[in-house]
Amino acid sequence: MNTQRSDVLFAIRNVSKEFSKVRVLNSVSINLRRGEILGLIGENGAGKSTLMKIISGIYQPTSGTLVYDGKEVDIPDYITAKSLGISIVPQEFNLINTLKVYENIFLGNEMRGPHGLLSKKMMRDEARRQLSRLRTKLDVDALVSDLSVAQKQMVEISKALLLNARILIMDEPTTTLTGYEVSVLFNVMKELRRQGVSILFISHKLKEVKSICDRVAILRDGELISVEIVDLIDEAEMARKMIGRDFTQVFPPKRDTDETDEVLRVDHLKLAGLSTANSFRLNRGEILGFAGLVGSGRTELFEALMRLRPGDSGEIYIKGKKVVIRSPQEAVNYKLGYISEDRQGKGIVSDFTISQNITLIALARYVSHLLINKRAEIEKSEEYVKAFNIIAASPKMALRFFSGGNQQKVYLARWVETEPEILIFDEPTRGIDVNAKKEIYEFIHHLCDNGISCIVISSEMEEIIGLCSRVYVMREGKIQGVLKGKQIDEEHIMFLATGIKGRIEDEQ
Amino acid sequence: MNNDRQQPNRDSNPFSYFRNFRISDHPTGIGFILLFILAVIVGWPTFLQLRNLTNILRQISYTGIIALGMTMIIISGGIDLSVGSMTAFVGGLTIFFLNLFPSDSVSALILASIFAMAAGAVSGLFNGILVTKGRIAPFIATLGTMSIFRSLIQYFSGAGNILSNNILYADIGSGVFLGIPVPVWVFLIVAVILHIVLENTRFGRYVCAVGANEQVARYSAIRIQIIKMIPYVITGFTAGLTALLWSSRLNCINPSDCSGYELDAIAAAVIGGTSMNGGKGSIIGTVMGAVMLGIINNMLVLGGVSSYLQQAARGLVIIVAVLLQYNNKN
Repeated sequence: MNTQRSDVLFAIRNVSKEFSKVRVLNSVSINLRRGEILGLIGENGAGKSTLMKIISGIYQPTSGTLVYDGKEVDIPDYITAKSLGISIVPQEFNLINTLKVYENIFLGNEMRGPHGLLSKKMMRDEARRQLSRLRTKLDVDALVSDLSVAQKQMVEISKALLLNARILIMDEPTTTLTGYEVSVLFNVMKELRRQGVSILFISHKLKEVKSICDRVAILRDGELISVEIVDLIDEAEMARKMIGRDFTQVFPPKRDTDETDEVLRVDHLKLAGLSTANSFRLNRGEILGFAGLVGSGRTELFEALMRLRPGDSGEIYIKGKKVVIRSPQEAVNYKLGYISEDRQGKGIVSDFTISQNITLIALARYVSHLLINKRAEIEKSEEYVKAFNIIAASPKMALRFFSGGNQQKVYLARWVETEPEILIFDEPTRGIDVNAKKEIYEFIHHLCDNGISCIVISSEMEEIIGLCSRVYVMREGKIQGVLKGKQIDEEHIMFLATGIKGRIEDEQ
Repeated sequence: MNNDRQQPNRDSNPFSYFRNFRISDHPTGIGFILLFILAVIVGWPTFLQLRNLTNILRQISYTGIIALGMTMIIISGGIDLSVGSMTAFVGGLTIFFLNLFPSDSVSALILASIFAMAAGAVSGLFNGILVTKGRIAPFIATLGTMSIFRSLIQYFSGAGNILSNNILYADIGSGVFLGIPVPVWVFLIVAVILHIVLENTRFGRYVCAVGANEQVARYSAIRIQIIKMIPYVITGFTAGLTALLWSSRLNCINPSDCSGYELDAIAAAVIGGTSMNGGKGSIIGTVMGAVMLGIINNMLVLGGVSSYLQQAARGLVIIVAVLLQYNNKN
């Protein structure tokens, strides 16, 4: 960092934002300095993405000002932001799979030759220059569909750096990366900082914030709690400021389970096309965790168990009896349930009402003489609305009008309605606010009190540590080990999830 | 419109339906009423005569019956372009079948009716298998079978009319019961049955779910292959009914008959509010859509508009209907 002129490049001054009278940002002021990496942390709903969207021109602040290079600016849209040199690397990539790397980098900013036609040569050269700036070797003529996630991200960053970006906003860039890829990304970020680019790094992972950022801004409930120098604050302190209380309070006390009362055993379940086989078991009334990095094969393992994707071989025992599951319908009949991580894509029917969503799987129960008893359907859903504290004007409203937390509760209710004995939660609290999270944790405990055995797949370390009595850790499609009781801590989980710390350098 | 702020309060007030009634929620119904009023004015006084009204219903019932099945397919996320060819194909086969029997056999009529429905259902099943087991996009698969059905019936007939020998056959299609033509009865009965299937059965709910989001349906342990296949069978069945009614009305079938039925059927569904993206639609809407198409034709004839312009008016109505629904959604 150049401390000589460590002046402010971009300032947010007393910015507030309201959506239909609900204040989501309250008089936030943050300075972004030249050539620094500023972390931005906060819980879901704390206002991180709103702030990011204000900086990049997608939203307009209700009040407050933005100052760029000492001058007050208006950023009415995304294009203005880009021309000012403010770019976003989005969490979900906006790349077109059927186009080549350089075509994606220049999408919307194509270079033209003297006759108005595209100048592919100029674009290829410039794309190569951008990628080499990131110390990335990548064929600019490769199709994006052939790239790994990490490579796609490099393309996305090159795209953002075009037009001489001076401020780069990175929205949770590491969620889908492996440990090695994260370290590569961090080197790129350091390189960009050396070149004078300011980076706003939004993340949930405090460890990463600690290791890469210069300063960190903490948001809670739309307020700026503080901006800290990273060297002077530890992760526990960050978490405390972020949540506003000790995190353990969120979780109900852990439960004891009978280690001998086995409800599910999976022996050498192999996924089609993969060589690894996995074995695990689940006890009655237990909360069993499956930890690991994103892409470590946890979702795939349980989708294979539910026969949502082909499994290859392996044996499944339910309550000691060997069973063969040939379809998702049979899995449901064996009292298994799987709540997908992709709520919008695989969970809820957003155009269906609450009651239609809740009864979707167990609908047969509401049918007499071939016809659905709609009154019974609605009465039952009203019970769930009450029991789950679902905030809804009417169970007849389409689900897309509700918040993520309420949608998730409806999705859970659908599976509870099937009267499962084994319920698999895949990232059960992704994208929902802290209160709904707490309710879902309590709900999982409540299910276990009633003899249902739960499996929780989660990439959130706190969730695994706070909730589970036993934890399997996966890496690269294979269970690496099981942790119990006091062993369940961040260090042990990371050790199993990433391999030995020293191994990061060995891997290519 | 009058009480946006109020929370819907279901059971406590019997008038809640009317209090919560919003014109913008029912674009098809409103459009239907407006068009009807316009037709009364333009076609005064002929339009309102009973004979004219039954005529309209008879005219639209052939494609209307198919449109009912088509609605199920479109809601499930598919499309069937082959229904017109299929109708001619099944109609031709039915007459061939009928001609195997003596020319005054009544039981032959019953057998031929069953034959037409079964042949239609099997043809529909063929489409359904191509779409589900064959994993061919519905548009492409049925574009293919559209040519196949048409070409087969032309080959079987030697490109000429297929005449029925049975002297009683024409009684089916031109029959009248309680003052209403038989095809209209069939149209209404099938509409009532399919309405109940769609709104009140598990299958109907699952058709909507699969059409709205196939992945969600799969993850909810719904057998999506079967759910997607059955609407094609239903549509084949409705095409078989139309084949029977149409061929018996004329007592013959020409291998080029019924072309363009698929477009009328799709148009009726779309005007009736069925979303081409799947997941949403209603049988009542399709019935109204089909009748609206008939009213437009009739009104233009009564108003003395050139028959060359009738197709343009029809096209305009389709576009306006979709625009209304689109704007209503956003």
